[in-house]
Amino acid sequence: MDSSTRERRIAEHKKRVNLIFKKCVWDDFLDRALEMSPEDMLEKVKESGLRGRGGAGFPTWLKWKFAREAEADEKYVICNADEGEPGTFKDRAILQEQAGKVLPGMLVCAKVIGAEKGFIYLRGEYAYLLPALSQEVENFNEKIREKGERFSIEIKLGSGAYVCGEETALIESLEGNRGEPRNKPPFPVSEGYLGKPTVVHNVETLVYASIIISEGPECFKSLGTSDSAGAKVFCISGDTDLDEGIYELEMGMTIKEFVELFSDGDIKAVQVGGASGHCVPRKKFADTIIGFEGVPTGGSMVLFNSSRSMYNVLHNYLEFFEEESCGQCTPCRIGCQQLLKGIEAVKSGEKPSEYLDDLVKLAGMMKISAKCGLGQSAANPFISIVEHFREEIMY
Amino acid sequence: MSPEDLISRSAEKHGRERKNLIPILQDIVRENSYLSEEAMVSVARELDISPAEVYGVATFYSFLDTKPLGKNIIRICKTIICYMHGQDEVIRAIEDRLKIKLGETTPDGEFSFLPTNCIGHCHKGPAMLINDRVYSSLTPETAVRAVEEYI
Ligand SMILES: Cc1cc2nc3c(=O)[nH]c(=O)nc-3n(C[C@H](O)[C@H](O)[C@H](O)COP(=O)(O)O)c2cc1C
Ligand code: SF4
Ligand code: FES
Repeated sequence: MDSSTRERRIAEHKKRVNLIFKKCVWDDFLDRALEMSPEDMLEKVKESGLRGRGGAGFPTWLKWKFAREAEADEKYVICNADEGEPGTFKDRAILQEQAGKVLPGMLVCAKVIGAEKGFIYLRGEYAYLLPALSQEVENFNEKIREKGERFSIEIKLGSGAYVCGEETALIESLEGNRGEPRNKPPFPVSEGYLGKPTVVHNVETLVYASIIISEGPECFKSLGTSDSAGAKVFCISGDTDLDEGIYELEMGMTIKEFVELFSDGDIKAVQVGGASGHCVPRKKFADTIIGFEGVPTGGSMVLFNSSRSMYNVLHNYLEFFEEESCGQCTPCRIGCQQLLKGIEAVKSGEKPSEYLDDLVKLAGMMKISAKCGLGQSAANPFISIVEHFREEIMY
Repeated sequence: MSPEDLISRSAEKHGRERKNLIPILQDIVRENSYLSEEAMVSVARELDISPAEVYGVATFYSFLDTKPLGKNIIRICKTIICYMHGQDEVIRAIEDRLKIKLGETTPDGEFSFLPTNCIGHCHKGPAMLINDRVYSSLTPETAVRAVEEYI
């Protein structure tokens, strides 16, 4: 596709899908939302088909329902702004440009489940967002207090640990502990912060929730596919020739369509969903759908052109996991080290290429036995890159 | 402010409960760049918990350093996307300018130059943080100029 056709198509996409970054007046929305019953709000979110945008894709309304039904004197809403997945930068952009939509999302969730306290867990690397965001939160707290609401939001800063994006590790961190993931169940919706029912949501999920409640589920549901309703904010990086990196796109695109739109065409692989996601090789572009029915993504899409070494890519990801593993469980602590050492040994010729098959088995074992998503998903890039780019790992 | 004052004032501000341990440690790091053993023991005393617990928490988080660091902390992204856009040359340029290697602190204690994982500016890589400020789309020249702002 020539560049002017690409530009035109991207402009068309932008015109058709414009929920997250659209300018709007939030005061009106708050008044409208506060008149609505929690049941109505829950029903709207259910009807929209919204699923979590933090990666796992759990239906948002179900989380709210579980937390709503849990009996407790206190409940909490947490906005997960830890955004540590390599290649992901949309939550930063949303917080910079649309904090005004994130906070009402927390309020509606709180109204539905019956919480009076909310936290934003902001990664330490984004400390520069604090001055503007604190101001925004302060104004919001004041505004809803005037409207007679008992809910308030507080920002907590992370301290440079990727695993703290995992919801139970995040809760441990908020409680002042090492960010070590807990066993699940119990899930946070029944036992979360300080042992109380807690809903943890990605920044983007909260924005969609507030849009769905203010404008009705139709604006969201009319987009996307049956498994992956709505739109999603994508972060595009790597070998793209475009300056901009953030796009809100309809769910359900194939990787082929995606690559045609966002690159000059010479792309041999796309890493979908960050370091913990899957690597899709060119031969699978046409029949791989971006969404829960194909390859899911928290937003990160990294394009690699034909000059890139997939060994370097995998090596970099494995170093990342080895370093960020909290070390609590053996499959992940030892597994990440062995995968890293293993590809180094195959590359240097110290081990034969068949050793890669043993490593793939090890990765498969990590998927089923690691305690949290970090160790489980370290296997994703490993298995997909070794499967599709075996020669690059060997020679 | 003496370290003792800083700690008791911070504990006062956040509250002397266990759940406020991390904000207190963050305050100390903001002021002194790292957590000394004495500081960790004082925090433990303030919150009435064991120093081992404070140490355990501090060593978990990469931004809560327990070794002395420079007055200015440069954290350069070492993740693959920034690497694809020339982070190596940027690292070399900063090493040459500061006459230290990545991971080290200048002898005068002015700068620490540390690697970090993706900082969320991948489409504008290479990227780095100096203290709390982000610098992106770096070239060796712009990176050195950014560092010189702090000299
Ligand atoms: C290692 C790891 C890191 C994670 N990091 C994040 C993150 O930075 N932001 C996020 O929203 N979810 C992250 N998650 C997913 C959360 O555990 C959780 O599923 C999510 O915040 C739920 O929000 P949602 O329902 O809106 O998707 C991470 C999970 C794992 C296993
Ligand atoms: S899988 Fe890794 S990060 Fe998760 S609990 Fe086990 S060691 Fe920690
Ligand atoms: S890869 Fe360097 S900022 Fe994300």
